Amino acid sequence: MGVMKRLSGVLQAKANKVMDRVEDPRETLDLSYEKQLEQLQQVRKGVADVATARKRIELQAQQLQQTASKLQEQARQALAQNCEDLAREALSRRAALSTQLEGLKTQHDQLVQQEQRLVATTQSLQARVEAFRTQKETLKASYTAAQAQTRIGEAVSGISESMTDTGMAMQRAQDKIAQMQARAGAVDELLASGTLTDLSGSSDPLQAELDRTSAQSQIELELAQMKGALAPPAPTGALGAGSAPAAHTADGDDHDVAEAETVDTPSDPAPAPPPIPAAGGAHPAGDELFSLGSEGGQS
Amino acid sequence: MIVRILGEGQYDVVDSDMGALEELDAKLAAAIEASDEDAFTGVLTTLAEKVRSTGTAVDASTIVSSDLTVPHEGASLEEVRHLLASEDAADD
Repeated sequence: MGVMKRLSGVLQAKANKVMDRVEDPRETLDLSYEKQLEQLQQVRKGVADVATARKRIELQAQQLQQTASKLQEQARQALAQNCEDLAREALSRRAALSTQLEGLKTQHDQLVQQEQRLVATTQSLQARVEAFRTQKETLKASYTAAQAQTRIGEAVSGISESMTDTGMAMQRAQDKIAQMQARAGAVDELLASGTLTDLSGSSDPLQAELDRTSAQSQIELELAQMKGALAPPAPTGALGAGSAPAAHTADGDDHDVAEAETVDTPSDPAPAPPPIPAAGGAHPAGDELFSLGSEGGQS
Repeated sequence: MIVRILGEGQYDVVDSDMGALEELDAKLAAAIEASDEDAFTGVLTTLAEKVRSTGTAVDASTIVSSDLTVPHEGASLEEVRHLLASEDAADD
């Protein structure tokens, strides 16, 4: 016997188990209908669970990306201050995040697919339950007819099969969520353990040094800009009070200013964090949510 | 013939198209027998696509039992083997 035939046997056997066999066929119809409504409710909850799991992954991806951006910025700062070891450390931590993000993306894709299927089967189950409700009343009205019994049997086993299938799909989705939660927990731990935030913590002397020199550079830069703004306009009139003349008017420590620019400018065009997807909305999280590539352009 | 793709829905396939499905079904059984995961995945995808392309989706307001059932698309060999194993238990 082929796989398809055997599988139908399995499905029908499962469906038979959920059917209530009672003496009065009219009662069978009512009981089955009650069960259908109950399952529809469960399936709707299942769909919501999948959506919640998907949003959690999206949120985590977002957090990982923010952390990665921070590490990249720290690497840049460290390099600007000739702390190559520190820069290397920050970049290697960032690389580890990238691996995590890839794993999240795989899970996200699978979950999105399951969610879409589950939504579709729920809609079709709902339509069938509605059709059953109508047929049920017709069958009850004519249940004395000889063929009514058979038709009741067909209707009930047909809908039971659909319910069983939807139930199995829901179970698969729940299994997927369970698998996902293990990884999500690991990522949460990673984010919470401080492994990734050491560099920005005040307990880190290197970061404190980075912060101090960077703040100094910022002050120097602002001073230079103010001086530039106060100075009379350049004869050509083309440049105005932009940062280029400001750098030149800074008396004394030209080095600091140049360095300050190197450190400061990348933070300006920092990419906005990806939006949190709307509840129950589509799945906007494309590849960009799971990729660290975008901020590479800043360097 | 009414064919259900698990997790997706039912399709009405005319008898003249059943030959191609049965051929794929046999290949699927062989892949399970041989524990050939790659072949299994490939045949399962082809089988599901064939059902969709040759069959007509059964209207959601029609309540009918299926004659044949195709595993969930993307199901693993182990998952399907497990499902088939519940056949005996379900017979009780």
